[in-house]
Amino acid sequence: MHRRLSQALFTLCISLSCIAVTQAGDVQLAVAANFSAPIPAIARGFEEATGHRLVTAYGATGQLYAQIKNGAPFEVFLAADELTPAKLESEGEAVAGSRFTYAIGALALWSAQVGYVDERGAVLKANKFQHLAIANPKTAPYGLAAAQVLAKLGLSQAVAPKLVEGQSIAQTVQFVASGNAELGFVALSQVYKDGLLTSGSAWKVPAELHTPIRQDALILKKGEHNPAAMALVEYLKSEKVAAIITSYGYTR
Amino acid sequence: MPLTKADFAAVLLTFELASLTTLLLLLIGTPIAWWLARTDSRWKQPIGAIVALPLVLPPTVIGFYLLVSMGPHGVIGQLTQSLGLGTLTFTFAGLVIGSVFYSLPFVVQPLQNAFEAIGRAPLEAAATLRAGPWDAFFTVVLPLAKPGFVTAAILGFAHTVGEFGVVLMIGGNIPGKTQVASVQIYNHVETMQYAQAHWLAGGMVLFSFIVLLALYSGRSSGRSSTRVWQ
Repeated sequence: MHRRLSQALFTLCISLSCIAVTQAGDVQLAVAANFSAPIPAIARGFEEATGHRLVTAYGATGQLYAQIKNGAPFEVFLAADELTPAKLESEGEAVAGSRFTYAIGALALWSAQVGYVDERGAVLKANKFQHLAIANPKTAPYGLAAAQVLAKLGLSQAVAPKLVEGQSIAQTVQFVASGNAELGFVALSQVYKDGLLTSGSAWKVPAELHTPIRQDALILKKGEHNPAAMALVEYLKSEKVAAIITSYGYTR
Repeated sequence: MPLTKADFAAVLLTFELASLTTLLLLLIGTPIAWWLARTDSRWKQPIGAIVALPLVLPPTVIGFYLLVSMGPHGVIGQLTQSLGLGTLTFTFAGLVIGSVFYSLPFVVQPLQNAFEAIGRAPLEAAATLRAGPWDAFFTVVLPLAKPGFVTAAILGFAHTVGEFGVVLMIGGNIPGKTQVASVQIYNHVETMQYAQAHWLAGGMVLFSFIVLLALYSGRSSGRSSTRVWQ
Protein backbone atom coordinates (compact mmCIF):
# COMPACT_ATOMS: atom_id res chain seq x y z
CA MET A 1 0.00 0.00 0.00
CA HIS A 2 2.76 2.39 1.03
CA ARG A 3 4.74 1.50 -2.01
CA ARG A 4 1.85 2.15 -4.35
CA LEU A 5 1.13 5.45 -2.68
CA SER A 6 4.72 6.63 -3.02
CA GLN A 7 4.77 5.51 -6.64
CA ALA A 8 1.63 7.48 -7.31
CA LEU A 9 3.12 10.53 -5.59
CA PHE A 10 6.29 10.18 -7.60
CA THR A 11 4.35 10.05 -10.87
CA LEU A 12 2.36 13.07 -9.77
CA CYS A 13 5.51 15.04 -8.98
CA ILE A 14 7.04 14.18 -12.34
CA SER A 15 3.95 15.27 -14.25
CA LEU A 16 3.63 18.46 -12.21
CA SER A 17 7.24 19.40 -12.80
CA CYS A 18 6.69 18.87 -16.52
CA ILE A 19 3.95 21.47 -16.36
CA ALA A 20 5.86 23.89 -14.17
CA VAL A 21 9.22 23.89 -15.95
CA THR A 22 8.81 25.38 -19.39
CA GLN A 23 10.99 24.32 -22.25
CA ALA A 24 13.74 26.67 -23.29
CA GLY A 25 12.33 29.17 -25.77
CA ASP A 26 8.86 29.32 -24.21
CA VAL A 27 7.43 32.41 -22.52
CA GLN A 28 4.55 32.08 -20.05
CA LEU A 29 2.42 35.14 -20.72
CA ALA A 30 -0.53 36.44 -18.70
CA VAL A 31 -2.80 38.76 -20.67
CA ALA A 32 -5.72 40.98 -19.64
CA ALA A 33 -8.96 39.85 -21.31
CA ASN A 34 -9.37 43.00 -23.43
CA PHE A 35 -6.07 42.36 -25.24
CA SER A 36 -6.93 38.81 -26.33
CA ALA A 37 -7.79 39.78 -29.94
CA PRO A 38 -4.32 40.95 -31.09
CA ILE A 39 -2.42 38.16 -29.30
CA PRO A 40 -2.62 35.46 -32.03
CA ALA A 41 -1.11 37.85 -34.60
CA ILE A 42 1.57 38.99 -32.13
CA ALA A 43 2.38 35.38 -31.19
CA ARG A 44 2.78 34.41 -34.83
CA GLY A 45 5.07 37.37 -35.57
CA PHE A 46 7.10 36.74 -32.40
CA GLU A 47 7.62 33.07 -33.25
CA GLU A 48 8.67 33.91 -36.81
CA ALA A 49 11.03 36.66 -35.70
CA THR A 50 12.69 34.95 -32.73
CA GLY A 51 11.84 31.23 -32.75
CA HIS A 52 10.48 31.52 -29.20
CA ARG A 53 6.97 30.35 -28.39
CA LEU A 54 4.20 32.13 -26.44
CA VAL A 55 2.16 30.20 -23.86
CA THR A 56 -0.73 32.51 -23.06
CA ALA A 57 -3.28 32.67 -20.24
CA TYR A 58 -6.13 35.20 -20.35
CA GLY A 59 -7.97 36.63 -17.35
CA ALA A 60 -9.15 39.71 -15.52
CA THR A 61 -6.24 41.84 -14.33
CA GLY A 62 -7.16 41.55 -10.63
CA GLN A 63 -7.54 37.80 -10.90
CA LEU A 64 -4.18 37.44 -12.65
CA TYR A 65 -2.65 39.61 -9.92
CA ALA A 66 -3.94 37.22 -7.25
CA GLN A 67 -2.53 34.27 -9.18
CA ILE A 68 0.88 35.93 -9.62
CA LYS A 69 1.03 36.74 -5.90
CA ASN A 70 0.34 33.09 -5.20
CA GLY A 71 3.04 31.59 -7.37
CA ALA A 72 1.55 31.40 -10.87
CA PRO A 73 4.28 30.54 -13.40
CA PHE A 74 3.78 33.68 -15.52
CA GLU A 75 6.93 35.41 -16.79
CA VAL A 76 5.49 38.42 -18.59
CA PHE A 77 2.26 40.21 -17.66
CA LEU A 78 0.21 42.43 -19.97
CA ALA A 79 -2.23 44.18 -17.64
CA ALA A 80 -5.30 46.27 -18.46
CA ASP A 81 -4.16 49.16 -16.28
CA GLU A 82 -1.12 50.96 -14.83
CA LEU A 83 -1.89 50.38 -11.16
CA THR A 84 -1.59 46.60 -11.01
CA PRO A 85 1.87 46.41 -12.67
CA ALA A 86 3.07 49.29 -10.46
CA LYS A 87 1.83 47.41 -7.40
CA LEU A 88 3.56 44.21 -8.48
CA GLU A 89 6.79 46.10 -9.07
CA SER A 90 6.70 47.79 -5.66
CA GLU A 91 5.96 44.45 -4.01
CA GLY A 92 9.07 42.93 -5.55
CA GLU A 93 7.19 40.48 -7.76
CA ALA A 94 8.66 41.89 -10.96
CA VAL A 95 11.97 42.82 -12.55
CA ALA A 96 12.62 46.43 -11.47
CA GLY A 97 12.50 48.93 -14.32
CA SER A 98 10.91 46.54 -16.81
CA ARG A 99 7.52 48.28 -16.72
CA PHE A 100 6.31 50.07 -19.86
CA THR A 101 3.05 51.08 -21.58
CA TYR A 102 2.40 48.61 -24.38
CA ALA A 103 -0.97 50.00 -25.48
CA ILE A 104 -3.52 52.71 -24.79
CA GLY A 105 -7.04 51.37 -25.04
CA ALA A 106 -10.11 52.91 -26.60
CA LEU A 107 -13.68 52.52 -25.40
CA ALA A 108 -16.68 51.83 -27.61
CA LEU A 109 -20.42 51.88 -26.98
CA TRP A 110 -21.47 48.83 -28.92
CA SER A 111 -24.66 47.01 -29.90
CA ALA A 112 -24.98 43.72 -31.75
CA GLN A 113 -27.85 45.26 -33.73
CA VAL A 114 -26.98 47.18 -36.87
CA GLY A 115 -28.10 50.81 -36.67
CA TYR A 116 -28.89 50.70 -32.93
CA VAL A 117 -26.00 52.88 -31.75
CA ASP A 118 -25.57 56.19 -33.62
CA GLU A 119 -22.21 57.79 -34.29
CA ARG A 120 -22.59 60.34 -31.50
CA GLY A 121 -23.92 58.10 -28.78
CA ALA A 122 -27.28 59.92 -28.60
CA VAL A 123 -28.88 56.53 -27.90
CA LEU A 124 -27.55 56.86 -24.34
CA LYS A 125 -29.41 60.11 -23.69
CA ALA A 126 -32.59 58.76 -25.31
CA ASN A 127 -32.46 56.04 -22.63
CA LYS A 128 -34.92 53.70 -24.35
CA PHE A 129 -32.99 50.49 -23.69
CA GLN A 130 -33.63 47.86 -21.00
CA HIS A 131 -30.04 46.99 -20.14
CA LEU A 132 -26.71 48.76 -20.53
CA ALA A 133 -23.75 46.44 -19.97
CA ILE A 134 -20.48 47.68 -18.51
CA ALA A 135 -17.54 45.85 -16.99
CA ASN A 136 -17.32 45.98 -13.19
CA PRO A 137 -15.79 49.46 -12.58
CA LYS A 138 -14.04 48.18 -9.45
CA THR A 139 -12.21 45.39 -11.21
CA ALA A 140 -11.97 46.30 -14.90
CA PRO A 141 -10.28 49.49 -16.21
CA TYR A 142 -12.70 49.62 -19.14
CA GLY A 143 -15.55 49.49 -16.65
CA LEU A 144 -14.05 52.40 -14.75
CA ALA A 145 -13.67 54.37 -17.99
CA ALA A 146 -17.31 53.60 -18.86
CA ALA A 147 -18.44 54.88 -15.44
CA GLN A 148 -16.40 58.07 -16.02
CA VAL A 149 -18.06 58.60 -19.42
CA LEU A 150 -21.52 58.22 -17.91
CA ALA A 151 -20.62 60.68 -15.15
CA LYS A 152 -19.20 63.19 -17.64
CA LEU A 153 -22.36 63.00 -19.74
CA GLY A 154 -24.46 63.48 -16.58
CA LEU A 155 -26.20 60.14 -17.11
CA SER A 156 -24.99 58.15 -14.10
CA GLN A 157 -28.27 58.50 -12.20
CA ALA A 158 -30.52 58.01 -15.21
CA VAL A 159 -29.00 54.71 -16.34
CA ALA A 160 -28.13 53.28 -12.90
CA PRO A 161 -31.19 50.98 -12.70
CA LYS A 162 -30.39 49.59 -16.14
CA LEU A 163 -26.73 48.76 -15.58
CA VAL A 164 -25.62 45.15 -15.70
CA GLU A 165 -22.02 44.33 -14.91
CA GLY A 166 -19.76 41.75 -16.51
CA GLN A 167 -16.90 40.51 -14.35
CA SER A 168 -14.49 41.19 -17.18
CA ILE A 169 -14.70 43.12 -20.41
CA ALA A 170 -14.96 39.76 -22.21
CA GLN A 171 -18.13 38.90 -20.30
CA THR A 172 -19.54 42.36 -21.03
CA VAL A 173 -19.19 41.66 -24.75
CA GLN A 174 -20.97 38.33 -24.17
CA PHE A 175 -23.98 40.11 -22.59
CA VAL A 176 -24.28 42.41 -25.62
CA ALA A 177 -23.44 39.82 -28.29
CA SER A 178 -26.16 37.46 -26.99
CA GLY A 179 -28.68 40.33 -27.13
CA ASN A 180 -29.38 40.16 -23.38
CA ALA A 181 -28.23 43.77 -23.11
CA GLU A 182 -29.10 45.98 -26.11
CA LEU A 183 -25.84 47.86 -25.79
CA GLY A 184 -22.73 48.11 -23.66
CA PHE A 185 -19.36 49.76 -23.15
CA VAL A 186 -16.65 47.41 -24.45
CA ALA A 187 -13.05 47.68 -25.52
CA LEU A 188 -12.92 48.93 -29.11
CA SER A 189 -10.43 46.13 -29.86
CA GLN A 190 -13.12 43.52 -29.22
CA VAL A 191 -15.41 44.73 -32.00
CA TYR A 192 -12.95 46.35 -34.40
CA LYS A 193 -10.47 45.02 -36.90
CA ASP A 194 -8.48 46.63 -39.68
CA GLY A 195 -10.25 49.94 -39.20
CA LEU A 196 -13.74 48.44 -39.46
CA LEU A 197 -16.44 47.37 -37.06
CA THR A 198 -16.71 43.57 -37.13
CA SER A 199 -20.48 43.51 -36.43
CA GLY A 200 -23.42 45.54 -35.14
CA SER A 201 -23.14 49.27 -34.52
CA ALA A 202 -20.86 51.36 -32.31
CA TRP A 203 -19.87 54.80 -31.09
CA LYS A 204 -16.15 55.28 -30.65
CA VAL A 205 -16.13 57.12 -27.34
CA PRO A 206 -13.94 60.27 -27.53
CA ALA A 207 -10.83 59.78 -25.38
CA GLU A 208 -11.37 63.08 -23.51
CA LEU A 209 -14.48 61.67 -21.81
CA HIS A 210 -12.40 59.36 -19.58
CA THR A 211 -8.90 59.11 -18.15
CA PRO A 212 -6.61 57.35 -20.65
CA ILE A 213 -6.67 53.57 -20.39
CA ARG A 214 -2.92 53.06 -20.23
CA GLN A 215 -2.11 49.37 -20.26
CA ASP A 216 1.25 48.49 -18.78
CA ALA A 217 3.36 45.37 -19.15
CA LEU A 218 6.28 44.08 -17.13
CA ILE A 219 8.61 41.12 -16.68
CA LEU A 220 7.81 39.10 -13.57
CA LYS A 221 10.38 37.53 -11.24
CA LYS A 222 9.79 34.10 -12.78
CA GLY A 223 10.93 35.44 -16.16
CA GLU A 224 14.01 37.25 -14.87
CA HIS A 225 16.50 34.80 -16.36
CA ASN A 226 14.51 33.76 -19.42
CA PRO A 227 15.97 35.28 -22.61
CA ALA A 228 12.67 34.60 -24.37
CA ALA A 229 10.90 36.90 -21.89
CA MET A 230 13.35 39.72 -22.68
CA ALA A 231 12.91 39.05 -26.39
CA LEU A 232 9.14 39.27 -26.04
CA VAL A 233 9.32 42.66 -24.33
CA GLU A 234 11.63 43.97 -27.08
CA TYR A 235 9.25 42.58 -29.69
CA LEU A 236 6.24 44.26 -28.02
CA LYS A 237 8.03 47.60 -28.40
CA SER A 238 8.66 47.07 -32.13
CA GLU A 239 7.02 48.89 -35.04
CA LYS A 240 5.55 45.63 -36.22
CA VAL A 241 3.51 45.22 -33.04
CA ALA A 242 2.55 48.91 -33.16
CA ALA A 243 0.97 48.25 -36.57
CA ILE A 244 -0.89 45.17 -35.27
CA ILE A 245 -2.35 46.88 -32.22
CA THR A 246 -3.33 49.99 -34.23
CA SER A 247 -5.39 47.76 -36.53
CA TYR A 248 -7.35 46.70 -33.42
CA GLY A 249 -8.05 50.27 -32.33
CA TYR A 250 -5.30 50.68 -29.72
CA THR A 251 -2.78 53.52 -29.76
CA ARG A 252 0.61 53.77 -28.13
CA MET B 1 -16.64 44.72 11.35
CA PRO B 2 -14.93 44.22 8.01
CA LEU B 3 -18.12 43.18 6.20
CA THR B 4 -19.96 45.93 4.33
CA LYS B 5 -23.66 46.47 3.78
CA ALA B 6 -23.25 45.03 0.29
CA ASP B 7 -21.74 41.87 1.79
CA PHE B 8 -24.71 41.38 4.11
CA ALA B 9 -27.11 42.06 1.25
CA ALA B 10 -25.30 39.42 -0.80
CA VAL B 11 -25.53 36.86 2.02
CA LEU B 12 -29.23 37.59 2.53
CA LEU B 13 -29.88 37.30 -1.20
CA THR B 14 -28.02 33.99 -1.30
CA PHE B 15 -30.26 32.55 1.42
CA GLU B 16 -33.39 33.87 -0.31
CA LEU B 17 -32.28 32.29 -3.57
CA ALA B 18 -31.40 28.97 -1.92
CA SER B 19 -34.67 28.82 0.08
CA LEU B 20 -36.90 29.53 -2.90
CA THR B 21 -34.93 27.15 -5.11
CA THR B 22 -35.16 24.36 -2.52
CA LEU B 23 -38.90 24.85 -2.15
CA LEU B 24 -39.43 24.72 -5.91
CA LEU B 25 -37.13 21.73 -6.26
CA LEU B 26 -39.05 19.74 -3.62
CA LEU B 27 -42.27 20.47 -5.54
CA ILE B 28 -40.81 19.63 -8.95
CA GLY B 29 -38.39 16.94 -7.81
CA THR B 30 -40.87 14.80 -5.87
CA PRO B 31 -43.01 13.72 -8.87
CA ILE B 32 -39.90 13.23 -11.02
CA ALA B 33 -38.23 11.11 -8.35
CA TRP B 34 -41.45 9.17 -7.73
CA TRP B 35 -41.80 8.41 -11.43
CA LEU B 36 -38.12 7.42 -11.73
CA ALA B 37 -38.41 5.14 -8.68
CA ARG B 38 -41.55 3.38 -9.90
CA THR B 39 -41.46 3.24 -13.67
CA ASP B 40 -40.41 0.39 -15.96
CA SER B 41 -40.59 2.70 -18.97
CA ARG B 42 -37.76 2.69 -21.48
CA TRP B 43 -37.54 6.41 -20.85
CA LYS B 44 -36.37 5.84 -17.29
CA GLN B 45 -32.66 5.77 -18.14
CA PRO B 46 -32.65 8.77 -20.54
CA ILE B 47 -34.69 10.91 -18.12
CA GLY B 48 -32.48 9.80 -15.21
CA ALA B 49 -29.40 10.77 -17.23
CA ILE B 50 -30.85 14.20 -18.07
CA VAL B 51 -31.64 14.83 -14.39
CA ALA B 52 -28.05 13.88 -13.48
CA LEU B 53 -26.43 16.10 -16.16
CA PRO B 54 -25.76 19.09 -13.86
CA LEU B 55 -23.66 16.77 -11.66
CA VAL B 56 -21.05 16.46 -14.36
CA LEU B 57 -21.50 19.59 -16.50
CA PRO B 58 -19.36 22.61 -15.65
CA PRO B 59 -21.69 25.35 -14.33
CA THR B 60 -20.40 27.63 -17.08
CA VAL B 61 -21.98 25.30 -19.65
CA ILE B 62 -25.36 25.57 -17.93
CA GLY B 63 -24.82 29.34 -17.52
CA PHE B 64 -23.87 29.81 -21.16
CA TYR B 65 -26.90 27.93 -22.49
CA LEU B 66 -29.18 29.78 -20.08
CA LEU B 67 -27.70 33.11 -21.23
CA VAL B 68 -28.38 32.23 -24.85
CA SER B 69 -31.80 30.58 -24.36
CA MET B 70 -33.13 33.23 -21.95
CA GLY B 71 -31.92 36.02 -24.24
CA PRO B 72 -34.24 37.86 -26.63
CA HIS B 73 -33.45 35.42 -29.47
CA GLY B 74 -33.55 32.22 -27.38
CA VAL B 75 -36.40 29.75 -26.86
CA ILE B 76 -37.10 30.72 -23.23
CA GLY B 77 -36.60 34.41 -24.02
CA GLN B 78 -39.14 34.30 -26.87
CA LEU B 79 -41.63 32.59 -24.58
CA THR B 80 -41.24 35.01 -21.67
CA GLN B 81 -41.40 37.99 -24.03
CA SER B 82 -44.62 36.75 -25.63
CA LEU B 83 -46.06 36.41 -22.09
CA GLY B 84 -45.12 40.04 -21.46
CA LEU B 85 -42.48 39.15 -18.85
CA GLY B 86 -39.50 40.50 -20.76
CA THR B 87 -36.28 38.50 -20.56
CA LEU B 88 -35.15 36.69 -17.44
CA THR B 89 -31.41 37.33 -17.62
CA PHE B 90 -30.12 39.77 -14.97
CA THR B 91 -33.18 39.09 -12.78
CA PHE B 92 -33.72 37.22 -9.52
CA ALA B 93 -36.32 35.03 -11.27
CA GLY B 94 -33.68 34.11 -13.85
CA LEU B 95 -31.30 33.04 -11.09
CA VAL B 96 -34.01 30.92 -9.48
CA ILE B 97 -34.64 29.10 -12.77
CA GLY B 98 -30.91 28.61 -13.31
CA SER B 99 -30.50 27.29 -9.77
CA VAL B 100 -33.39 24.84 -10.19
CA PHE B 101 -31.57 23.28 -13.16
CA TYR B 102 -28.23 23.41 -11.39
CA SER B 103 -29.38 21.73 -8.15
CA LEU B 104 -31.98 19.34 -9.63
CA PRO B 105 -30.00 16.08 -9.20
CA PHE B 106 -29.13 16.95 -5.59
CA VAL B 107 -32.84 16.84 -4.76
CA VAL B 108 -34.15 14.20 -7.16
CA GLN B 109 -31.55 11.52 -6.46
CA PRO B 110 -31.94 11.31 -2.65
CA LEU B 111 -35.73 11.31 -3.09
CA GLN B 112 -35.55 8.59 -5.73
CA ASN B 113 -33.36 6.46 -3.47
CA ALA B 114 -35.75 6.99 -0.57
CA PHE B 115 -38.79 6.02 -2.67
CA GLU B 116 -36.99 2.94 -4.02
CA ALA B 117 -36.03 1.90 -0.49
CA ILE B 118 -39.69 1.92 0.57
CA GLY B 119 -40.56 -0.71 -2.01
CA ARG B 120 -44.06 -1.72 -3.10
CA ALA B 121 -45.20 -3.63 -0.01
CA PRO B 122 -46.32 -0.70 2.20
CA LEU B 123 -48.33 0.78 -0.67
CA GLU B 124 -49.96 -2.55 -1.45
CA ALA B 125 -50.87 -2.88 2.20
CA ALA B 126 -52.33 0.64 2.11
CA ALA B 127 -54.33 -0.27 -0.99
CA THR B 128 -55.84 -3.32 0.70
CA LEU B 129 -56.98 -0.95 3.46
CA ARG B 130 -58.72 1.06 0.72
CA ALA B 131 -56.40 4.03 0.85
CA GLY B 132 -56.50 5.98 -2.43
CA PRO B 133 -53.19 6.76 -4.18
CA TRP B 134 -53.03 10.32 -2.80
CA ASP B 135 -54.03 9.20 0.68
CA ALA B 136 -51.37 6.47 0.57
CA PHE B 137 -48.75 8.93 -0.66
CA PHE B 138 -49.33 11.41 2.15
CA THR B 139 -49.92 8.94 4.99
CA VAL B 140 -47.48 6.16 4.04
CA VAL B 141 -44.83 7.35 1.59
CA LEU B 142 -44.13 10.81 3.02
CA PRO B 143 -43.45 9.65 6.62
CA LEU B 144 -41.31 6.73 5.41
CA ALA B 145 -39.34 8.92 3.01
CA LYS B 146 -38.87 11.74 5.49
CA PRO B 147 -35.08 11.25 5.89
CA GLY B 148 -34.82 11.36 2.10
CA PHE B 149 -36.68 14.66 2.00
CA VAL B 150 -34.42 16.09 4.70
CA THR B 151 -31.30 15.01 2.80
CA ALA B 152 -32.71 16.36 -0.47
CA ALA B 153 -33.63 19.72 1.04
CA ILE B 154 -30.26 20.16 2.77
CA LEU B 155 -28.25 19.19 -0.31
CA GLY B 156 -30.39 21.31 -2.63
CA PHE B 157 -30.07 24.31 -0.35
CA ALA B 158 -26.33 23.94 0.27
CA HIS B 159 -25.53 23.32 -3.39
CA THR B 160 -27.46 26.45 -4.41
CA VAL B 161 -25.60 28.52 -1.81
CA GLY B 162 -22.37 27.38 -3.43
CA GLU B 163 -23.47 28.29 -6.95
CA PHE B 164 -21.08 30.55 -8.84
CA GLY B 165 -20.63 29.83 -12.54
CA VAL B 166 -24.29 30.05 -13.46
CA VAL B 167 -24.81 33.32 -11.56
CA LEU B 168 -21.67 34.78 -13.09
CA MET B 169 -22.93 34.04 -16.60
CA ILE B 170 -26.53 35.27 -16.28
CA GLY B 171 -26.50 37.54 -13.20
CA GLY B 172 -24.89 40.85 -14.15
CA ASN B 173 -23.68 41.55 -10.58
CA ILE B 174 -26.66 43.72 -9.58
CA PRO B 175 -26.68 44.47 -5.82
CA GLY B 176 -29.79 43.12 -4.10
CA LYS B 177 -30.95 41.29 -7.23
CA THR B 178 -28.22 39.01 -8.56
CA GLN B 179 -25.12 39.79 -6.49
CA VAL B 180 -24.87 36.62 -4.37
CA ALA B 181 -22.19 35.75 -1.81
CA SER B 182 -19.99 33.64 -4.10
CA VAL B 183 -19.85 36.45 -6.69
CA GLN B 184 -19.15 38.96 -3.94
CA ILE B 185 -16.16 36.86 -2.82
CA TYR B 186 -14.88 36.87 -6.38
CA ASN B 187 -15.30 40.67 -6.49
CA HIS B 188 -13.29 41.06 -3.28
CA VAL B 189 -10.48 38.84 -4.55
CA GLU B 190 -10.35 40.73 -7.83
CA THR B 191 -10.21 44.09 -6.09
CA MET B 192 -7.55 42.75 -3.71
CA GLN B 193 -9.79 43.21 -0.64
CA TYR B 194 -8.54 39.96 0.78
CA ALA B 195 -9.72 40.62 4.37
CA GLN B 196 -13.33 40.89 3.26
CA ALA B 197 -12.89 37.92 0.95
CA HIS B 198 -11.62 35.90 3.93
CA TRP B 199 -14.61 36.81 6.10
CA LEU B 200 -17.12 35.78 3.45
CA ALA B 201 -15.18 32.76 2.24
CA GLY B 202 -14.49 31.58 5.79
CA GLY B 203 -18.18 31.98 6.56
CA MET B 204 -19.01 29.77 3.57
CA VAL B 205 -16.58 27.09 4.73
CA LEU B 206 -18.06 27.13 8.23
CA PHE B 207 -21.62 27.05 6.87
CA SER B 208 -20.87 24.14 4.54
CA PHE B 209 -19.16 22.20 7.31
CA ILE B 210 -22.09 22.68 9.70
CA VAL B 211 -24.56 21.62 7.03
CA LEU B 212 -22.63 18.46 6.20
CA LEU B 213 -22.07 17.71 9.88
CA ALA B 214 -25.82 17.98 10.48
CA LEU B 215 -26.43 15.75 7.49
CA TYR B 216 -23.99 13.03 8.59
CA SER B 217 -25.05 13.17 12.26
CA GLY B 218 -28.71 12.84 11.24
CA ARG B 219 -27.78 9.92 9.02
CA SER B 220 -25.95 7.88 11.63
CA SER B 221 -28.73 8.34 14.21
CA GLY B 222 -31.64 7.64 11.83
CA ARG B 223 -32.35 3.97 11.02
CA SER B 224 -33.68 3.95 7.50
CA SER B 225 -31.83 7.02 6.36
CA THR B 226 -28.52 5.19 5.96
CA ARG B 227 -29.74 3.79 2.65
CA VAL B 228 -30.89 7.07 1.31
CA TRP B 229 -27.77 8.64 -0.10
CA GLN B 230 -24.74 6.65 -1.10
